[in-house]
Amino acid sequence: MTLGLAFIAVLALAALGFWLGRQRGMAFADASGREAQGRIGAVHSRPGYHGAFVAIMALVPALLVLAAWAVLVDGLVSREVLASLPPDAVGTGDLERNAFLSEVRGLVRGDYAAAFNVHAEAAAATWKSASARYGLLFGSAALALGLMGGLWGWTRLQPDFRARTRVERSMMVLLVAASLVAILTTFGIVASLLFESYRFFQMVSPSEFLFGTTWSPQTAIRADQVGSSGAFGAVPLFWGTIFIGAILAMIVAIPLGLMTAIYLTQYADPRFRRVAKPVLEVLAGVPTVVYGFFAALTVAPAVRDFGIAIGISDASSESALAAGLVMGVMIIPFVSSMADDALTAVPSSMRDGSLAMGATPSETIRRVMIPAALPGIVGGVLLAVSRAIGETMIVVMAAGLAANLTANPFNSVTTVTAQIVALLTGDQEFDSAKTLSAFALGLVLFLVTLALNIYALAVVKKYREAYD
Amino acid sequence: MATELSTAAALRRMPLSAAPTSWASDTMQARIRKRYRQERIFKGLGVLALAIAGGFLLFLLVTVIASGWNSFRQTQVLVPVTFDAALLGVTAEQARADPRLLSRANFQGVMASSAERAFGDDAELVSDGAWLALREKVEADPGVIGRTVPMWLIATSNMDQLAKGRIDLEAAEGDRPVNDAEVFAWRTLEGEGKLRTVLNRTFLGSADSVDPELAGIWGALKGSFLTVIVTLLISFPVGVLTAIYLEEFAAKNRWTDIVEVSINNLAAVPSIIFGLLGLAVFLNVLNMPRSAPVVGGLTLALMTLPVIVIASRASIKAVPPSIRDAALGIGASPVQVVFHHVLPLALPGMLTGTILGMARALGETAPLLMIGMRAFLTSVPQGLAQPATVLPVQIFIWSDNVSRGFVEKTSGAIIVLLAFLLTINSLAIYLRNKFEVRW
Amino acid sequence: MNEMTLSANPNSANLADVTVTPERPKMTARDVRVSYGEAEALKGVSIDVTTDSVTAFIGPSGCGKSTFLRCLNRMNDTIPGARVKGEILLDGHDINAPDMDVVQLRARVGMVFQKPNPFPKSIYENVAYGPRIHGLASRKADMDGVVEQSLRRAGLWDEVKDRLADSGTALSGGQQQRLCIARAIAVNPEVILMDEPASALDPIATAKIEELIDDLRGRYAIVIVTHNMQQAARVSQKTAFFHLGTMVEYGDTREIFTNPKEARTKDYITGRYG
Repeated sequence: MTLGLAFIAVLALAALGFWLGRQRGMAFADASGREAQGRIGAVHSRPGYHGAFVAIMALVPALLVLAAWAVLVDGLVSREVLASLPPDAVGTGDLERNAFLSEVRGLVRGDYAAAFNVHAEAAAATWKSASARYGLLFGSAALALGLMGGLWGWTRLQPDFRARTRVERSMMVLLVAASLVAILTTFGIVASLLFESYRFFQMVSPSEFLFGTTWSPQTAIRADQVGSSGAFGAVPLFWGTIFIGAILAMIVAIPLGLMTAIYLTQYADPRFRRVAKPVLEVLAGVPTVVYGFFAALTVAPAVRDFGIAIGISDASSESALAAGLVMGVMIIPFVSSMADDALTAVPSSMRDGSLAMGATPSETIRRVMIPAALPGIVGGVLLAVSRAIGETMIVVMAAGLAANLTANPFNSVTTVTAQIVALLTGDQEFDSAKTLSAFALGLVLFLVTLALNIYALAVVKKYREAYD
Repeated sequence: MATELSTAAALRRMPLSAAPTSWASDTMQARIRKRYRQERIFKGLGVLALAIAGGFLLFLLVTVIASGWNSFRQTQVLVPVTFDAALLGVTAEQARADPRLLSRANFQGVMASSAERAFGDDAELVSDGAWLALREKVEADPGVIGRTVPMWLIATSNMDQLAKGRIDLEAAEGDRPVNDAEVFAWRTLEGEGKLRTVLNRTFLGSADSVDPELAGIWGALKGSFLTVIVTLLISFPVGVLTAIYLEEFAAKNRWTDIVEVSINNLAAVPSIIFGLLGLAVFLNVLNMPRSAPVVGGLTLALMTLPVIVIASRASIKAVPPSIRDAALGIGASPVQVVFHHVLPLALPGMLTGTILGMARALGETAPLLMIGMRAFLTSVPQGLAQPATVLPVQIFIWSDNVSRGFVEKTSGAIIVLLAFLLTINSLAIYLRNKFEVRW
Repeated sequence: MNEMTLSANPNSANLADVTVTPERPKMTARDVRVSYGEAEALKGVSIDVTTDSVTAFIGPSGCGKSTFLRCLNRMNDTIPGARVKGEILLDGHDINAPDMDVVQLRARVGMVFQKPNPFPKSIYENVAYGPRIHGLASRKADMDGVVEQSLRRAGLWDEVKDRLADSGTALSGGQQQRLCIARAIAVNPEVILMDEPASALDPIATAKIEELIDDLRGRYAIVIVTHNMQQAARVSQKTAFFHLGTMVEYGDTREIFTNPKEARTKDYITGRYG
C-alpha cells in the first residue's frame, strides 16, 4: 500500500463518518422537532456538526499514523536493508552507507537502469519488500485507528451533545497549527544556518572569515595547505555585494524610482496614473532570471565595449556595472512604489499650504513633500537595499565569480549570493569547508537583511503612524 | 518688549516692510522666470525617469521577442529516406509480427545513410535526433521497410539558423558555424523547395537536449506546473488559516507578536535563504529526493506563505466590524462568523494575494538551484518525486550555452515564461481593482 | 487707518496704471460659478473685498463659502475636475486670465487653512519658506528680520523666540495656526484668505486668533470663512451669507446681524437651521 493510496482511503473513511454522523444528527433533529416543535436548543448542534465531529474523530488518529509512516519509513527500511546485507558489503562509515542507500533508493525509483554496487540490486529488492510490508502495517494501522476513532465519535452523539463546540475547538487547533508554520520556518532557517555555520567555524576561524581579504574556496580540497583549508576571507564578497547592490544599483534605482513616484503622484493625470502603475507592477513581476539573461547577453557586452571605448583596457565582460545597472532597473518599481506610498501619506494640507504661498509644484515637492516623506522614503530605500543584496540570479549570471576587491565598476566582482550558488551546485560534500562556507555566507546574508528589514519596517511604520 | 503693550501697538512700532513687494521689477520677473524654468526641468526629469523605466521594459521585451520568436519555428529538410531492411536489421514481416523489435532497430544508421546519399558527407543537414520520426513512421506502417519514402526531417540547429537568416555569411568559413558545403546545400535545397519552416512542435513538446534543435520546454513547463501545484496546495490553506487566526482569534500577547514578526521578516528574507533551508532540512535531514517538484514546491510554499498571509490579513481587515456584529447578534458562534461571513467577503483579496504569490513562485530560480533542480533532464517528469526542472531554471541552464541555437531557445523560453507571468499578474491586478470594495 | 495701509501697488506688473483708493475694492468677483464634474457647487457669486475691512463668509456646511474662498487665489486649480467660470479681479486684473501668474497671485493673496498645517520643519524655516522661494530676503540678517517681524505680527514671537529651531509641528494647535498666519504674512501679501482658521482650536486660542485678525485689519484685505456667527460678528465689518451655492445677502456685519433683509439669512442667524 502506498502513502497516497492510504491517504485516499483515510479520506474516504472520514467522508463516510461525516455522512453517518450527519444522518444521526438529522434523526435527532427530526425527533426533537416532533416533540418540541423545532424549539431552538432542543438539539444542541446542527446535523452537519455531528457529521464533522465523527469525521474529525476518524481523521485525526489516522492522519497521525500516516504522518509517522511518512517520517519513519525511510529510516526503518534503511535499517532493515543494511541489516540484510553481508557484513562487509558496504563500508562502515556514514558516508559510504548514505551513498549506498541513495543508490538503492534510485534503483527502487527507477532512476538508474543498472547498479554500481554489486549488492545494490539485491538491496533494492529487500527495500521494495520491506517498504511494502511497512506500508501494509502502517496503512492498516491507520485505517483501524481511524475506524475506531470514528466509531467512538459516533457513539458519543446525543441530542444534547455539543458537537459544534468540539468541532470549533478542533478548528482552533488547526488555526494555531497553521500559524506555527511561520515560526517553524523562521526557526528552521536560523537553526540550519547556525548549525552548518558552526561546523564551518570549527574549520575556519570566524575572524578569518569576517576580516580576511582572500577568497578562494576551490583550493580547500588540497590537504597540504595550512589547516587543510582554502582561503575563506569573505571581505571581497561583502564588498562586491555592497558595491553592486547598495551602491551601483541604488545609484540607478533611487533617482529613477523617486522621480517616477513624484511624477505619478504629483503631476500625472489620474487616468495616466491608473495605467502607469500596473505597468510598473508588471515590470516588478518580471522574473530575475530574465533580468539576468538580459544583463549577461545584452548589457554586459555593451558595458565592456563602453569601458574599452573610454580607455579602460581591463573592462571585464562580467562587470560590476552591468549587474548593478540591471539590478537597479529591477529595483525601480519597488523604490517607486515605496516612495509613492510615502508621498501619498503626506497630508494634502501640507501641499496646499505651500502652494497657497505661491510656491511652484516643484518647490513644494522638493522643499515640503520630500522632507515630510523622507522617513518613509528612507525606509523604502533600505528595504530596496535589503532586496538588492539578497538578489541572486542577476549577479550569478552577470557578475561572475572573481573575488576582486576593487572599486572599478568595469571590473568583475562577486557577491555573497553568487558564491552560495557556486558553492552549492555541483558536487556537495557536507563535511568540506567549501560546502559549509555557503551556509556561513547565508547566515551573514540573513542577519544583515534581517537587521535592515526590521529597522526599515520600524521606520516606515513610525512614519505612517505620524500622519495617521 | 513690555508685556503690557498690546500686540497692535507693538506692530505699529515694527513695520514689516517699507513698501509692498515689487513684483514688476526686473529682478523679480527674472526670478520668476527662473523658477518656472526649474519647474519645467523638474517635471521633465519626472517624465524622463518614467520614460527610462518604461523604455527599459520595452527594450527588454523587444530584445527578447526579436531573438526568441524564431524558436517557435522549425526548419525541416525533405530527405528521401530508404528504409533498407538489412541496415535496419528488421524486415517488414518481422516488424509486423513483433513490433518490439523496432526498439532495437538501427534507425540512426538508416537516417545517416539516407542523408549522406542525398547531401554528401561534407554537409551535416539533418539533426541527430531526427531518426525518431523514422521510427514513428515504421511503427505506424511497417510496410515502408524496403521502400524509399520522402520525409520532412528536423534540420540541424546550424541549418535552422541559416534558414532563419541568423548567420553572417560574409564571415570567413572558419569563423562561422557552417561550412561552405552546408551553405551550398542550403542554397540548393532552398531553390528546390526542399526546405520548409513549420511550427516548432519539438520546442513546445519535449524536454531538454544537448542539441538546440531537439531541446524543448515541455519538460520544464511541466516541472513548473507540478512544483507550483505543491506550493499552492500548501501555502494557500496554511496562509489563509494563519491570517484568520492572527486577525480574528489570536490574543494580543507575546506569542502573537512572535508570529507576526516572523511573518513580516520572512516576507523580506532573500529567496536563496529558503533554498538553503530546503537543502539543509528537506534534503539532508528528511532525506527527500533531490531535484523533485515536491521539495521545490515545499520550499517555494514556505517562501510564498508570508505573501499570502499578509495579503489575506489585509483583506480580512477590510471587512467591516458591523458585519461581524450583525452575525454575532443573531447567535452565530465566532467560528461561524468567520467562516460564514468574513471569509467569503475577504476571499477575493486572499485569492489576489495568492495569485501574486504563485506568480512569484513560478518565476523563482535561486532557491530551486539549491535543492538541485538544475539537473540536465531529457525526459518529461512524470511525478512529484521524480527529478524535474522548472522553466526559470531551464532558462538559466540554457543561458550558459553560447551557441546561437540555444540563445534563441533561451529567449523563446523567456517569452513563454513572461507570457504566463504577465497573464497571471494582469489577472491578479484586474481582480484586485475589480474587487477593491469600499465599505 | 495707519500709514502702513496696503493700498496701491504701483510697481505691479499687471497694474502699473492702477491706483487703488480705499474705496476701490481690492478684489472683485462677478458671477463666479464653480463645478466639480457634474455638480455645480457655486451658482453665480458677486462680491467686493476691500482692504479697510474684514469680510466674513458665513453659511451652513456645503453652502459653497470655502469653495468661493479657494477661487480667490486659484487653489481650486489643485482639485482635479474643478472648473471655475466668471470674473475675479485683483486690483482690476482678471486672476484667471492667461497672463496672470498663479505663483505671483498666490504670493499676493495668501491663505490660512482650517486645520493648522505647519511644514515639518523648524519654526524659523516655516516662516522663512515663503520669502526664500520668492527671493524676498537675500541676506541672513534680512531673513532674520522678516522672520522676527512676521512672528511678532502674528503675536507668536514672545512664545517661540527662544526655540526657533524647534519643529513647527511641536507647537500647540493655536500656536501652529498663528505660525501659519506668520508664514502667510512673511511673503508680504495684499490679501489674506482664512478658511475657518479657528475651527480646530480651543476658545482661548480662538480668542487670540480673533484678536490677531483685528490687528491685521487695514494692513491686508482679510476674508474669513467661518461657521461661527459670533466670530463673524466679532471680527468682521462686512458679512456675506451663503446658502446652497448662492450668496444670499452681503452687507455691513452690524446690518446683517441686527436687521437681515432676507428671510433665509434671518433664519440662519437666529439658529433655525445650520
